[in-house]
Amino acid sequence: MNGENFILEMNNISKEFPGVKALDNVTLQVRPGTVHALMGENGAGKSTLMKCLFGIYKHDSGEIIIDGNKVEIKDSKTAINLGISMIHQELHPIPYRSVMENIWLGRFPMKNYVLFKLIDNKKMHEDTINLFRNLNINIEPNTIVGTMSVSKIQLMEIAKAVSYNSKVIIMDEPTSSLTEDEVDHLFTIIRDLKNRGVSIIYITHKIDEVLKIADEVTIMRDGKKMGTWVASELTRDLIISKMVGRELTNMFPPKSNVPGEVVLRVENLTSPFPKSFKNVSFELRKGEILGIGGLVGAQRTELVEAIFGLRSIESGKIFIKDKEVNIKSPTYAKNHRIALLTEERRATGIFPMLSVLENTVIANIKAYRKPSLLLDNKKIRKDVERSIEMLKIKTPSYKTLIKNLSGGNQQKVLIARWLLTTPDILILDEPTRGIDVGAKYEIYTIIAELAKQGKSIIMISSEMPELIGMSDRIMVMCEGRMSGIIEGNKVTEEEIMRLATKFIA
Amino acid sequence: MQNVKIKKTINFISQNFIYLFLLLLIIIIAFINPNFLSLTCLRDILLQCSTRVIIAVGMFCILLTGGVDLGAGRVIGFTAVLSASMLQTTDYARRFYPNLPQQPLFIPILIALLAGVVVGILNGIIISRFSVPPFIATLGTQVIVYGITSIYFDLPPNNSQPIGGLRKDFTFLGSGSIGGIPIIVILAILIAAIAWLVFTKTSFGKNTYAIGGNRQAAEVSGINVKMTLFIIYTVASLCFAFAGVLEAARTGGATNNYGFMYEFDAIAACFVGGVSTTGGIGTIPGVLAGVFIFGVINYGLTFIGINPYWQYILKGIVIVFAVAFDIRKYIAKK
Repeated sequence: MNGENFILEMNNISKEFPGVKALDNVTLQVRPGTVHALMGENGAGKSTLMKCLFGIYKHDSGEIIIDGNKVEIKDSKTAINLGISMIHQELHPIPYRSVMENIWLGRFPMKNYVLFKLIDNKKMHEDTINLFRNLNINIEPNTIVGTMSVSKIQLMEIAKAVSYNSKVIIMDEPTSSLTEDEVDHLFTIIRDLKNRGVSIIYITHKIDEVLKIADEVTIMRDGKKMGTWVASELTRDLIISKMVGRELTNMFPPKSNVPGEVVLRVENLTSPFPKSFKNVSFELRKGEILGIGGLVGAQRTELVEAIFGLRSIESGKIFIKDKEVNIKSPTYAKNHRIALLTEERRATGIFPMLSVLENTVIANIKAYRKPSLLLDNKKIRKDVERSIEMLKIKTPSYKTLIKNLSGGNQQKVLIARWLLTTPDILILDEPTRGIDVGAKYEIYTIIAELAKQGKSIIMISSEMPELIGMSDRIMVMCEGRMSGIIEGNKVTEEEIMRLATKFIA
Repeated sequence: MQNVKIKKTINFISQNFIYLFLLLLIIIIAFINPNFLSLTCLRDILLQCSTRVIIAVGMFCILLTGGVDLGAGRVIGFTAVLSASMLQTTDYARRFYPNLPQQPLFIPILIALLAGVVVGILNGIIISRFSVPPFIATLGTQVIVYGITSIYFDLPPNNSQPIGGLRKDFTFLGSGSIGGIPIIVILAILIAAIAWLVFTKTSFGKNTYAIGGNRQAAEVSGINVKMTLFIIYTVASLCFAFAGVLEAARTGGATNNYGFMYEFDAIAACFVGGVSTTGGIGTIPGVLAGVFIFGVINYGLTFIGINPYWQYILKGIVIVFAVAFDIRKYIAKK
């Protein structure tokens, strides 16, 4: 793979943040009209490299060549003008504005009115409709973005990136909140773009997607490039070993938990909102891992948040150890020894500007209050250090700000936080989302160990292998209703999928 | 069917709460004293509200970006003193500049406006280039501006005496009418109309909404966020400066304490009018309604003979409850 033309070359890019060498002499070469996958664990430097390309960061050394010309990309505007567009992983849109305004932001169609140049709303509406029609997306351009589902917003972002008519489109984890059908839809869009000569840089953790859609794969680890391969020469195992630097023989740890008596019983739980969960009933045993599967929008998060007292309930009953309980708020849930790890780690989990120590003890702070009302710092430190050791949290010290840890280690701190409240029931909402392969295995080990110790676990997951590999039983939801409960070890992905789409017309 | 109708009504009320509240306020006052619904009253209220509208429009621009300007009132004082000091009649006994020949009207006004713009440029640079939070940046500059105004005001021979004896052609700007409509009202309407046009029809306006809604998203969409912020603070300061000049013209004088705390009235009017405290939400009609709610309270309570100090209590209640109601539109229901 040498000597031919590249649409984009990033040669010997290095970037240093205080104390970290984020990119070390990385080279990425992308051919026109191909899908180039960029893989690596969290913290490997993929996003940093793309942010350098899109003018969000400035690299310390190295050069960027587009279409044979050396370029200087000082901000996003320059990048856009050079024919690069990007679907950002963590960026949220502007929630109070309409879909079309979000899409054409920064380049609204204008029209001359006598003296003024004003926005041409009619043309903007038409352009949006045409764009959506070409991409087969069904969204009304005037919808306020804040009212749409996550997957619709993601589709909008994809359309926005396409609308720049760029030569190179960077897609950073574009499928993180898409359903399987929507992923297929995205792949159709990608193939179409390829045919039109557009190159895609595709960042993802999902190996299956890469094997399905990519032409070439560049793998990074610890800020260095491991190499570039033709996708058809790669296998799943090969990719994993290049990414983590060791062979991962097992995706999931062995389990030795034995489910015991029922600790939680939910009967006909129904939300006051018509589109949310209705008539959901299930049981959870001591020492059991109950998986909850379903598509995005199946109201799984809403269900567990209602059990945790974060959302209101119209009707239905919750029993803990055969006693009916009324959980009005998370405080009640905590008193009933229920813990919830929320889905949006960054938005509702971590306190980014507080230390690992503070993040660990925040849910259990009352337990450290001395009679003088001051906090027992010695005991706090001891407990935090024990948590760090027990969950193998990789952090320079307990004083480190949690925002400086990798996603996997942040998640471990959150698990430590809730374990300190000594819960009997631990609800995990997408516990491994956005976490790299190696750290995932460690989280699985922790989950299996907790179940063995007799804790009951509810785990929401959109990753089917994870559901099948970890759960004793899997409850599948569809459109707010329970579409089935199946024993974990007998289940196939097809069966889960069939249940997950059972009520979809 | 009945249910749908009720829901629609509730929805309508919550969407238009501010306007309905203003209407209700007028109805209540008119019920107590029907004379309230007269052209004279309308004219008086419009007159009282017009500088406030101009200040609120300036504040609206800034609040929309998620910022704030605590120095609005001080800029008003600054430009009121500046313009007044150069626009006294030549036969007035205690002239600020005893030997200054009569100037064409627009020169002193232009100087005052420029001085206000300089403050805005300063704010804009401090906030957009040095990333100082607007609250702190404008807190700092307002003290400086007050200091400058006071030193200027204290210059001999004026020695901190209130500046009076303003020229008729200048005070005409503040108290005169064209075709029965006060000039100051026309100016306020004009400024509000321009602002409405800018924020609904131009890309600059939409960019401002975008920056307040999600600054990062705006940045990666290729918007020059720093430049936009810079322009916003400068333009807002121009609004304050203009309001200051009009205040001097309206009252026929100026002291260094002119405009003191006006920024809080403007901020309150914007928030009551539905502008989000975090930026990205708000409309000019909403802001106008906000200003008029306070205008009607001010004028109306005096009109029906209630102790004017009650205004303060009512204003405070309105600020808290109007925002509490209005914000329900945006609170996610769980």
